[in-house]
Amino acid sequence: MKNNKRVFFLVPYLLWIVLFVILPLLLIGWYSITDTNGHFTLENYQRFFGSGTFLRMSLNSLWYAFLITLFTLVISYPAAYLLTKMKHQQFWLLLIILPTWINLLLKAYAFIGILGTHGMVNQFLQLFGLGPVNMLFTNFAFILVAVYIEIPFMILPIYNAIADINPAVIQASEDLGASKWQTFRYVLWPLSWPGVESGIQAIFIPSLSLFMLTRLIGGNRVITLGTAIEEYFMTTMNWNMGATIGVILIVMMIVVMLITGQRKKGRTRK
Amino acid sequence: MEIIKLQNITKRYDDGFVALNDINLTIESGKFYSLLGPSGSGKTTILRIIAGFTQASSGRIYFKGKDMTEVDAAKRPINTVFQNYALFPHLNVFENVAFGLKIKKKPAKEIAPAVNEALHLVRLDGYAQREIAELSGGQQQRVAIARAIVNQPEVLLLDESLSALDKRLRKEMQFELRAIQKKLGITFIFVTHDQEEALSMSDEIFVLNDGEIQQNGSPVDIYDEPVNDFVARFIGDSNILPGRMIRDFEVEFANRHFKCADAGMRPNEKVEVVIRPEDLDVVAPDQGKLVVRAQTQLFLGDHFEIKAIDSDEHEWLVHSTNSVHLNQPLGLFFDPEDIHVMRLNESQEEFDARLEQYEDDDDEKQ
Repeated sequence: MKNNKRVFFLVPYLLWIVLFVILPLLLIGWYSITDTNGHFTLENYQRFFGSGTFLRMSLNSLWYAFLITLFTLVISYPAAYLLTKMKHQQFWLLLIILPTWINLLLKAYAFIGILGTHGMVNQFLQLFGLGPVNMLFTNFAFILVAVYIEIPFMILPIYNAIADINPAVIQASEDLGASKWQTFRYVLWPLSWPGVESGIQAIFIPSLSLFMLTRLIGGNRVITLGTAIEEYFMTTMNWNMGATIGVILIVMMIVVMLITGQRKKGRTRK
Repeated sequence: MEIIKLQNITKRYDDGFVALNDINLTIESGKFYSLLGPSGSGKTTILRIIAGFTQASSGRIYFKGKDMTEVDAAKRPINTVFQNYALFPHLNVFENVAFGLKIKKKPAKEIAPAVNEALHLVRLDGYAQREIAELSGGQQQRVAIARAIVNQPEVLLLDESLSALDKRLRKEMQFELRAIQKKLGITFIFVTHDQEEALSMSDEIFVLNDGEIQQNGSPVDIYDEPVNDFVARFIGDSNILPGRMIRDFEVEFANRHFKCADAGMRPNEKVEVVIRPEDLDVVAPDQGKLVVRAQTQLFLGDHFEIKAIDSDEHEWLVHSTNSVHLNQPLGLFFDPEDIHVMRLNESQEEFDARLEQYEDDDDEKQ
């Protein structure tokens, strides 16, 4: 009786999972191993791995996701650390979270306005007699905007991880003769690693399939797997090839998750 | 030999709160010191200033005569055992203890024996590869001690290091800490609010209250000759009564005159009189110097704690090995040496000077 009730509560969630997660995954898998007439084939995969363009596109995706994650981490870690030392932490946290409430598309359009030929940055540069510099539709603009959008998702987990560290442990490290850098290297960094790891997962994996920003800010000069998938589904209507790239993207994500998740598991098992 | 000296140390916080007010103290090498006081008395602040975690607002700290007021915590030849141990949760026991040596870039073949020796000293042989989370509180405490002493500091600071342990374990660690200190011969400065702990372990105790040193001396001195009623109340139980010094070696309290061992005060000066409950002997009413009636008694295992009232409604605390009859007249007997007379608002320097003066008189008479 009691058990039945519990199962009953699970129904909405199970329906959701089946309809919107499991079925789509199965569909993608199915499309990727069939041709446009619905016959079984591995041609899509042969095409993917046989063509330099697709492999270059994958490397491109990995490279840009790596760059975005790296820059986000470099900016977010010190910010999160300083945040744990500040007064009015809740207020600063709110300021960091605030931009995430605004729609991604709106933010992208805002950046088009800021970075454009007659945008604010160029107006500012012209005060010094510089420019106008073409910033929109460059790799730099793409990474800048992507990093801007991802920063809150990196700061929050790192902030939480650092805030959880007992301050006496940092003092203990200094007490034992460690310099500031050694304390960071041997105590602060390893203890905040779980937060860094969550941040990396939250940014690297979605960055692999960014396509809206590549189009709006990158001006289609940056081609990632995300843009390729969009192209196949929306433009050439070759759903089978699009699904194949999707499957490969999912495999890449799983690999990234396994790599970042490994260290932590090893530690607790010991 | 003098190893640490604090000179006119004052710590004032931004909100105006004065945590330490003009502290002067000298620590000699190879001794076990306790900083004893209630919470908020400033004892931990002194420790943090010695360790280098807190900067004093004014005053200087000397280490072997060298000014180290501005020296970083990392560069002081001092290690700390923290209140809640502050072990590194991501490192195992061995790595925790080895941390300080690794930072100093000692070769691995020197580190391993040193770590094992430190673990042996705190009786944790065989625990090197355990994770910190697997250890009990007492074991974590030992790791924290090993992690500090493996660096062979000249001074070891212990911040309320035993207060998280249960009573039995605490007693056991008191003996061990004292044994470790004797064996290594390094200076220990132990911060505690537990007077029993301070009395049982220390060579010398600094009693603190409201950011000032109230009294310092050996445990026996402080127990037997408290300089003011704060020390008398804080260290052990006591009966404190208002009194009047009639002349040298004679004091009046509870409306009677008694012979005592104190002198050097003005005639008829108002004083406070301290008598420890264990110095009061229960005798027959006609043999007692005072007659009281017992109101309550508690059996505490090794003695009875009796609360009694005299004819002036003064309450007396008595420790007796035998039980008494409640509400019957009891005699209380004490020797002149059991009476300790305190002047009001007398500082320790004045107290010491007075003591010296009349003890000299004693010597001359003999």
